[in-house]
Amino acid sequence: MSDFFSSFWTFYIALGSLGGIAWLIYLLLANSKTKAPKNGEVVKSTGHAWDGIEELNNPLPFWWVAMFYITIVFGLVYLVLYPGIGTAKGVLGWTSAKEHSDEVREATSKYEPLYQKYSSMPIPELAKNEKANQTGGRLFATYCTICHGSDGRGAKGFPNIADNDWLYGGSADQIETTILNGRHGSMPEWKAVIGEKGVKDVASYVLSMSSREAPADEVAAGQKIFSTNCVGCHQADGKGMYALGAPNLTDNIWLYGASRGIIEKSIANGRAGIMPAHKKLLGEAKVHILAAYVYSLSRHQ
Amino acid sequence: MTDSVISEQYNYKVVRQFAIMTIIWGIVGMTVGVIIAAQLAWPVLNFDLPWFSFGRLRPLHTNAVIFAFGGSALFATSYYVVQRTCYASLFSPKLATFTFWGWQAIILSAIVTLPLGYTSSKEYAELEWPIDILIALVWVSYAVVFFGTIVKRQVKHIYVANWFYGGFIITVAVLHIFNSMALPVGALKSYSMYSGVQDAMIQWWYGHNAVGFFLTAGFLGIMYYFIPKQANRPVYSYRLSVVHFWAISFTYIWAGAHHLHYTALPDWTQSLGMVMSLILLAPSWGGMINGIMTLSGSWEKLRTDPILKFLIVSVSFYGMSTFEGPMMAIKTVNALSHYTDWTIGHVHSGALGWVAFISIGAMYYLIPRLFNREIYSTSLIETHFWVSTIGVVLYITAMWISGIMQGLMWRAINDDGTLTYSFIESVQATHPFYVIRLLGGIFFLTGMVIMAYNLAKTIAGAEPAVADVPVPATH
Repeated sequence: MSDFFSSFWTFYIALGSLGGIAWLIYLLLANSKTKAPKNGEVVKSTGHAWDGIEELNNPLPFWWVAMFYITIVFGLVYLVLYPGIGTAKGVLGWTSAKEHSDEVREATSKYEPLYQKYSSMPIPELAKNEKANQTGGRLFATYCTICHGSDGRGAKGFPNIADNDWLYGGSADQIETTILNGRHGSMPEWKAVIGEKGVKDVASYVLSMSSREAPADEVAAGQKIFSTNCVGCHQADGKGMYALGAPNLTDNIWLYGASRGIIEKSIANGRAGIMPAHKKLLGEAKVHILAAYVYSLSRHQ
Repeated sequence: MTDSVISEQYNYKVVRQFAIMTIIWGIVGMTVGVIIAAQLAWPVLNFDLPWFSFGRLRPLHTNAVIFAFGGSALFATSYYVVQRTCYASLFSPKLATFTFWGWQAIILSAIVTLPLGYTSSKEYAELEWPIDILIALVWVSYAVVFFGTIVKRQVKHIYVANWFYGGFIITVAVLHIFNSMALPVGALKSYSMYSGVQDAMIQWWYGHNAVGFFLTAGFLGIMYYFIPKQANRPVYSYRLSVVHFWAISFTYIWAGAHHLHYTALPDWTQSLGMVMSLILLAPSWGGMINGIMTLSGSWEKLRTDPILKFLIVSVSFYGMSTFEGPMMAIKTVNALSHYTDWTIGHVHSGALGWVAFISIGAMYYLIPRLFNREIYSTSLIETHFWVSTIGVVLYITAMWISGIMQGLMWRAINDDGTLTYSFIESVQATHPFYVIRLLGGIFFLTGMVIMAYNLAKTIAGAEPAVADVPVPATH
């Protein structure tokens, strides 16, 4: 067992715990000699007094002593059955790791068939299946709502997946791939490359792309910088690309916010958006149902 | 028994100082509690102010009620009890004065540093390393004053209340020093000496024994003096006090692991934590039996004496929460209760029902005597009793219901193996209980304000009481 680097510790633990319990039993025995007075007799005090307080010599209540012994016996039996005294494994051979893997196996054998039966159905078809969607919605409520919201409309930095604007594509396959393997969006930091003025100019150009007001000279200067530095991901028309998750800059839909200040911040400092992979956590069958539910969100409006 | 008088007087000054600060810190700490309860119900009340946010104020609440309110009550009563039952004035009055001002300085630095975000992030031990060092200095001084007074005693036997105070002082010193070991990297920043699961285990070895020794053994010391005095009855069973003192002292030390069930803590440690927590039931109830049975033969006093009501109901809450605790430490129960509001309810049935009630009872007994006055209004004590009882009941039932509800919602599963509720649905369902809990807290705080008014009226214009140390009749 990796908890210990020598067998001394098992003896140390046994001495402390079992020795302590033995000491409790001794205490009980040693103090059980006082007997209740016979009928009619009054309980005597111990003969000491402190600031007027005396102590009676009443015996330990029988039911209390019995309760004490019962918990001790329970404790000792438990320590025989389960791991407790250092490296001693306990006669049941129980471990928390085994209990966990047993529960997982049991749940898998019980529920996996329910998910498997949908695995061969194509997602657009599955998205119309009421039963599958119910399960998908519950999975979504447990695993997805913290970032994407209970209605799938996202939050700052977490995309809205109930609209028709997609970072990595909204086809059935693309959605499923996103959930299975996760995504790692990376907007580089441009401050050092294009300078503060450059950041302002590019922001103006980006604003102009979705028909928002911006100073004409800045737009022109920004367009120049954009055409050398940004088109690799966001494309010449600013509509982005699914392969890299580069957002469309022309549709006035914003992941981190629409204000000039936030856009400048994104350009200057970059952004890193992470969608975690769920293949290992949920398994492919569940992800398939989940993907169908997400697919349905943007198509049932 | 006070036939002759030796030329010494009890040191009541430091007792008075701590007693009055008990009331003040009680109101401060519970006010912060009411604020954070309101923030949980209505998050907008965080006002987007970092220093006023729940995360900063919550440790201020726990530190203020445990160490400022509870700590002052323990200092006040232990200094009073150790003198009265040893027939000796405090050893080293200068050191005793240092413990008062040192402790207040610690509390004030907590009030400043915690809202500013300086924290070691260890629960109930959040204060940063320079303050930790001051705590250690004050605590060692406390031990010197307390045990020095025990050494000065004029009676051979040491009264049971002093065993509990002594056990509490020694153990808290050990817990505080070992849990706070850290490497300072700045004036108010340090890193724990322990890492990973070892750090977690040391933290909960400390954390649960802060409950076991600070909030239990120390307050049992209060119980063993103030219940027999207020009831004017002898302690029920000497034998019982022997067994439950030693059994509590041994068993509590092992129980902390139950805070880490189903975590990376090794299986054997979890098993021992659970087993020892269960064995702790009887030792805890030993204290409850001795407190309640001390009243046997004069139960009728409970009807007329509101101070006794506080004391006895407090011991009943003690019994209730020390039954609940071992049950929650059973792993299968813990699987339901852990991380839910049930834990908060359990803590407060102990903190409000037991710790605060017994402190309140002791202060109603103590403060008038420290000023040679009768209490201003007994009916106001009665009012206080009922207002705070309603507060506790509202608080803990709300948290029980919401805790069990949360536990059941989190584990509810549909036919297809998916979770029935998302997390936010359980938060939504909890909201009404947060409001009820807030109401309970407001009731309890109101009771404290009534108490402050009553005691202020009691001691207004009074001269401090002076008492000579008598020679005990029996040696």
